[in-house]
Amino acid sequence: MDFVQNIPFFSILLSLFSGTVTSMLNGKWAKRVNAFVIAFIGVMSAVLLSYLLRTKESYTFMMGHFPAPWGNEIRAGVLEALMALFFCVIMLLSLIGGRAHLEEEIAPGKQNLYYILINLLLSSLLALIYTNDLFTAYVFVEINTISACGLIMIRQNGHTFEAAIRYMIMSLLGSGLLLLGICILYDCTGHLLMSNIKSAVTVMSIMGQYHVPLVVAIAFICVGLAIKSALFPFHAWLPNAYGYSTASSAAILSSLVSKGYIFLLIKICYRVIGWQVILDSKVIHILFLFGLCGMIMGSLSAIQENDIRRMIAFSSIAQIGYIYMGIGLGTFEGMTASVYHILSHGATKSLLFIAAVGLTDVSGKSKKFIDLTGAAYRNKFAGIAFTVGSLSMVGVPGFSGFISKLLFGTACVQNTPYKMLPTLICLGISTILNAIYFMKTVIRIYTPIKSSYDKMPVKKTFGYVGALVCFVILNIVLGMCSTPIVSMIQTGLKMFS
Amino acid sequence: MSRLKESERYKKTWAYRFFRWYRGEKDPFLGEVEMKAGNPYKDNRSAEELMLEKEAIMNKVYDMDHNKEIKLFKFAYGIISAIFCLALTFVLLLMVSYSPKTGNPGNPNENEVPARYIENGLQETGAVNIVTGMILDYRAFDTLGESHVLFIATITVFILLRIDKDEKGKEKDREEANDRNYEPKNDAILQGIAIIIVPLIMIFGIYVILNGHISPGGGFSGGAIIGAGLILYLNAFGFAKTERFFTEKTYKIICFCSLSFYCLAKSYSFFTGANHLESGIPLGTPGAILSSGLILPLNICVGLVVACTMYAFYALFRKGGF
Amino acid sequence: MEFGPNLMANYGEAVSMILFAIGFTNLLLQKNLIKKIIGLNIMDTATYLFLALKGYIQGRTAPIVVNGVQEVEAYINPIPAGLVLTGIVVSVSVSALMLSLTIRLYRRYHTLDLDEISTLLKKEEN
Repeated sequence: MDFVQNIPFFSILLSLFSGTVTSMLNGKWAKRVNAFVIAFIGVMSAVLLSYLLRTKESYTFMMGHFPAPWGNEIRAGVLEALMALFFCVIMLLSLIGGRAHLEEEIAPGKQNLYYILINLLLSSLLALIYTNDLFTAYVFVEINTISACGLIMIRQNGHTFEAAIRYMIMSLLGSGLLLLGICILYDCTGHLLMSNIKSAVTVMSIMGQYHVPLVVAIAFICVGLAIKSALFPFHAWLPNAYGYSTASSAAILSSLVSKGYIFLLIKICYRVIGWQVILDSKVIHILFLFGLCGMIMGSLSAIQENDIRRMIAFSSIAQIGYIYMGIGLGTFEGMTASVYHILSHGATKSLLFIAAVGLTDVSGKSKKFIDLTGAAYRNKFAGIAFTVGSLSMVGVPGFSGFISKLLFGTACVQNTPYKMLPTLICLGISTILNAIYFMKTVIRIYTPIKSSYDKMPVKKTFGYVGALVCFVILNIVLGMCSTPIVSMIQTGLKMFS
Repeated sequence: MSRLKESERYKKTWAYRFFRWYRGEKDPFLGEVEMKAGNPYKDNRSAEELMLEKEAIMNKVYDMDHNKEIKLFKFAYGIISAIFCLALTFVLLLMVSYSPKTGNPGNPNENEVPARYIENGLQETGAVNIVTGMILDYRAFDTLGESHVLFIATITVFILLRIDKDEKGKEKDREEANDRNYEPKNDAILQGIAIIIVPLIMIFGIYVILNGHISPGGGFSGGAIIGAGLILYLNAFGFAKTERFFTEKTYKIICFCSLSFYCLAKSYSFFTGANHLESGIPLGTPGAILSSGLILPLNICVGLVVACTMYAFYALFRKGGF
Repeated sequence: MEFGPNLMANYGEAVSMILFAIGFTNLLLQKNLIKKIIGLNIMDTATYLFLALKGYIQGRTAPIVVNGVQEVEAYINPIPAGLVLTGIVVSVSVSALMLSLTIRLYRRYHTLDLDEISTLLKKEEN
């Protein structure tokens, strides 16, 4: 066994351990330790990714002295390593970009607590990515939920408390369903390990045994994770949570936390239930339908919005709709497009949140559109970055959003006779709606106007500009060099089954 | 004259409004549709006044005799809730009726996994209590995550409820900080009983923790017992007495030490296990207190974390710090 | 839809599932935050009851080795017990978090009704 193969285990344990260590440090040192740990885990994941691309084989890793069905186990493949690397990059950039706000908006005595939350959030995301055991997934889903709730409410005002409690209620409904689903699966199959459940489920579906409990379990797990990742009818908590929390939190929540749950759902589809059984169970059509509704409804709500942060939050609902729509297509191409959209949306949405903060800063902290007029002239970097993000969201060629829309389009015309037309129509409508609200914003921030905010001193920190530049580069790289990334995703998905 | 009229007419046209909106001079919606930002909502009245006012409003709004709509809505809401609950129950009962029989030895979950736990658990982990052996040795990763759930919950409660030291002077609701307003001080009966019963509770808790691998019990249950003992002590004697030996700093140090020991010990065993190295930790004779390798120290760590967490929750809920 | 053959044999699970539905409905549809939290606890406890019943096997004892007997036929399944233990800790943590959020909201708005809090928030904004 190569030493490199220890990396998944090291990453999870290192971020857990740094969470504990951070509780003893003050804010400044907590910040440094946190940044170092995230960067280190990112580098390690990159090494693991290159190793896996070389060997072209996934492997399992025993957590303890006992082999798989008895002990816990984690598993690493190309897709897992890619996700881990991507999550670390986005998290680090979001933290650097929103750092000035963090220090302003969080009480000085509570700043190190923020970094504890971030560390444990990272470890839970990594565990969700790598785990090969359903119950471990449940435990880390709970860590993820609690730390995400902490990220929302650490900026303490009425809006964030309300958003946090709504988030908790929806999440707990989701966890309850997920736990019950796992219990039912355990009851029918007698295993908690993903690969063993899959073989048992395959046998069961051939024999026709326990059909009703199996369908109920699949439905509960899918609905539970859909609630947690804010799929359309369950999104009520999202706009306030993203709109009023501090900028880094909003970026991390929208581009990582909900994506972690979606990734877990994809993993469960492939590795626990088995793709064929999922297709037979028809649950996937419901996800498809909700995804389509989310694409339209999220964009419609975003158009009516008068607050830039909430507008971006509503756009997240639409983009999560895209991802579920891709899963719901039920084909390999659809799944590839969904995973690519996870990456693309993660990179773009965090860029938009961070850039929006720069724009509101030079407009007297007001998030209303009327005050943002001409903000791009006052903060040029943020203006350019916001424009890049908007173009990518709309799907202009050259940026990452275009590739994911292209992938969705090509996926839906292959092998999906009944779903092709609705998908194409919704993609078209949603793209137009996206263009309306994002271009409206871009036009507004580039409208030259004399305003009372012109004379305000603009604080430009090196970290903020650096983070924006990195985000823009990441976006363009995802848009220009999509072929190797898509082939990586396809290799990873093939390793799943 | 005519020029003026023309410009007035021009001002009503679409194009004029569009270009003004485009140049950002005046938002056509401003003042007509949008709400203007006003002063932040501030209420200087006391809680009691607010409650009274709210009650009056509520009485008016929920005046059932005069407000039919509310009544109808409440009625419909109740009905829909009941229907939802019944539908969910129906699905779940349907599921139950098709799932394996309870207590039947041939169920799917009777497979090689519990068989190995029962047959070889004693030899492989050294724990007489198979459940303890399972959660702290076979499936230790889950339990590691679980103790961090507890840790992160305390952190979030800290964020919400801790009153920071430098703000304490100007803290608005100082009534909440002064926790003795609503409770009797130095209650003789409570103190008399607590002085007898608290040491017993503590000893019992320690016993449960230390015997976690031999008999029913373990870190979580024992820690909860000790936490309950600490809370009883606090109730009887007040914060002045408990703060002599247990403050936030103590809490932090204990939590840090136990969780890092837990993390490091488990990392060691995961690492050696995965790389097929000998762990070199003796298992001892099953049944003795000093046996079963890492399970005993881990139980102690978990017990400490749980006891401190229980106490911290109570102290934070009661006065926002300790 | 017809009920399957095992409904009477699984009466314990049936009870736990009824409790789950009650808890779920309470958490989803109650307006009072404290009642929501009670619903959450009912829901979680129902799941643990379900799990505990799944581990039970007729005529066997708790999985603690007594007198060196180590046959599979002597003890019940230890896995659900471990899962319940983990689940209980999670539910304690979540309840503490929910309660402290409720306390903060109550201190600020003097109400436990979530819709009322939203109304007050809108009033605060304008």
